[in-house]
Amino acid sequence: MSFDKDMQEALDLFNIECTELLQNMETDLLGLENSADLRQTINAIFRAAHTIKGTAGLFGLDHIVRFTHVVESVLDNLRDDKLSVSSALVAALLPCCDHLNILILNVAKGSLEENAALTESGNRLLDELRPYLETTTAIESSDLVLPNHAERIETIVNDAIEPGNWLLFLQFGENCLRDGMDPLSFINYLATLGDIVDLTTFSHAMPEAGSMDPETNYLGFEIILKSDATKEAIESVFEFIREDSLIHILPLENRIPYYVELINSLTEDNAQIGELLLKSGVITQRELEEGLKAQHSQAKTQEIPSRIGQILVDQRVVQQPLVNAALEKQQQIKDNKIRENQCIRVDAERLDKLIDLVGELIISTATASLRGMKTGDIALQEANANVISLVEEVRDSALQLRMVPIGTTFSRFQRVVYDVSKELGKDIKLVINGADTEVDKSVVEKIGDPLLHLVRNAMDHGIERAELRVERGKPPQGTLGLNAYHSSGNIVIEVSDDGGGLNRDKILAKAVERGLIPAGITPSDQEIYAFIFEPGFSTVDQLSNLSGRGVGMDVVKRNITELRGVISIDSVPEQGTTLRIQLPLTLAIIDGFLAGVGDASYVIPLDKVVECVALTTDDNHDFMELRGEVLPFIRLKQLFNKKGTAERRQNVIVVEHLGLKAGLVVDRLMGELQTVIKPLGKLFEHVQGVSGSTILGSGEVALILDVPTLLRQQELSQILT
Amino acid sequence: MQTLAIEGEMTIYTAADQKTALLDFLNTDDVLEINLASVNEMDTAGLQLLILIKREAAKLGKTLRFVMHSKVVLEILELSRLTNTFGDQVVLSPNEESSR
Repeated sequence: MSFDKDMQEALDLFNIECTELLQNMETDLLGLENSADLRQTINAIFRAAHTIKGTAGLFGLDHIVRFTHVVESVLDNLRDDKLSVSSALVAALLPCCDHLNILILNVAKGSLEENAALTESGNRLLDELRPYLETTTAIESSDLVLPNHAERIETIVNDAIEPGNWLLFLQFGENCLRDGMDPLSFINYLATLGDIVDLTTFSHAMPEAGSMDPETNYLGFEIILKSDATKEAIESVFEFIREDSLIHILPLENRIPYYVELINSLTEDNAQIGELLLKSGVITQRELEEGLKAQHSQAKTQEIPSRIGQILVDQRVVQQPLVNAALEKQQQIKDNKIRENQCIRVDAERLDKLIDLVGELIISTATASLRGMKTGDIALQEANANVISLVEEVRDSALQLRMVPIGTTFSRFQRVVYDVSKELGKDIKLVINGADTEVDKSVVEKIGDPLLHLVRNAMDHGIERAELRVERGKPPQGTLGLNAYHSSGNIVIEVSDDGGGLNRDKILAKAVERGLIPAGITPSDQEIYAFIFEPGFSTVDQLSNLSGRGVGMDVVKRNITELRGVISIDSVPEQGTTLRIQLPLTLAIIDGFLAGVGDASYVIPLDKVVECVALTTDDNHDFMELRGEVLPFIRLKQLFNKKGTAERRQNVIVVEHLGLKAGLVVDRLMGELQTVIKPLGKLFEHVQGVSGSTILGSGEVALILDVPTLLRQQELSQILT
Repeated sequence: MQTLAIEGEMTIYTAADQKTALLDFLNTDDVLEINLASVNEMDTAGLQLLILIKREAAKLGKTLRFVMHSKVVLEILELSRLTNTFGDQVVLSPNEESSR
């Protein structure tokens, strides 16, 4: 089987859609047992399975259709209350989700045919579902014999009156054949949803032989379908072809509104409508002829003839209220369509390219503005100021494009928690808060692994076994929390557990033993907990109730530091532990404060700057008094070994991070700027106190100061001296 | 009487060529027969061609018969409920019959 590009694109779309659906399905399955609105959740799961089956059917992926069909049947039983929700059922369905994912991945890789090994493992999964399929029949045959009979009789009676449930009018788009969509295969697939009672093929749209393009579709179909499927389900059959096509799916029972809907939405070919209407018996032949006649005579006198619907209303064949109702519905459908189109999938690479360009733009604007300043041309400066404010807006909206809710990352952990708690034999529930907190996509991508580690750790070592929990007076079910919120230009992500907490004394003892801290001093709890991030810390047996907690924590910390983030720990013995990760919202651009020291310039992230004060008297103290508080100094000139005599008037930039405050002593204050972060080369990776570099408008390079590190070093040196 | 046997597929991939061939064939005689026994694949484009050629023949006042419909063709005609239109002489081709 060879595939042209269009087909490959359609398959890619299929892959993306199915993966999303499966993800939702997994989330819903995991939440099924505790769902507040059980019915809705079951319906959502069912719909997901059904859509996957439907789209797979369109591509002729029979093996996926077969597999999904069984899963769908089980879900259908669940929907009809023939089955009740149980953890065993969830446990049987989850691997099916995984299996489908594998199948779809294989399709995405280009192997459309089924693969024997996969089919076998699929069949094993289906075997496990069998009990849930059989339960149905057992209940049906024993408990529900009588009602069933009555129902059946009713159905038969209904049949006699109602030959079909749905009337479908399909005029596929002209290009559908060229796009690789064969209308007949859609109809073939439709037949799997129900019985095609009647079908008429219309070819009137086909022009003369000479002007007929054999690759254009001219055919239309009118179908009467007897099916229990919902309109949504039938509509989903045509999902891939809906664009450019006229597809009307109308319930036969509700005759007048549908007839109005049809008339109002389809004006091309009135004879066609007439034929349909006649067939469904809504209007008589005579009524139709009169209506058409009226329209013809109007066409002669008016430029735009009334729609036949209007005419029929005028002739009192249908009632005006019904027309209005139908019109309203039509508007709704249109609105829905518009909403659907509001989301555009964009290649992440293109987005990155845009962000890069915006970064360059910012630097160029700074250059232009600097040059403008030097000329002293007021008009030019004004123009530059305008450009700058626009560029800032462009920057903000470009960065907005990259923002995604962190919820997608969080919901992945539903499955992790489910699996790990099974593995550990602990009963743990996951509580997610702030899932719609938005953060830069690259941050989301990179935070997944560290979070996974923290979640596993919390479950394994944080949350106690049920017996111990009961002993400590806590509910036997452990709770793991994932929480996200914005806080002053940062996103904060918390991983919390209600477990045993960290053992402060043991960590301190261990730290002293390893020489990380001199004996005899008592650091704050925060500092003590931070030791678990030291490489290789707490891997020894002595710390049995902590063992493992430190393993890999240094990696977590490194990952987070790479994201310019900070991790801190709160822990209350026997109450639980909260790990708090603070990350910048975006990685590429920051607002900074430019300061000069000697002949060099430094950028201090603006969100860390509290205030600037003049250093009035310098008597070489390493601190000053600021409003009654002692403010320690960091002298940048000394820190970076800058030569040159101190300026007569020095300034202090007060910076703050996580409650730590210090003053940076600089020679000159040069004002705010926004700047693009350029990472330092590999060689400078381990330089402490500098997080990156940037190019100033003048072409100079300025280092971006890593305030959190500076503050911590400062604090540590205070402790040690 | 002239007979045209269509070989292989009648799909979007072959439709353009087949349209020309079929229209040319219409001019060869007044009584025409199209043999569909060897059609092994057919889609909507193929069906359209059959409809077109039948309509053209009627317009030109020629007699056109479709014979020996292969299983694939029959399936498509069944699906589009056009068996009566095209199946004036639905005779299964021998190999199809034996396979039933």
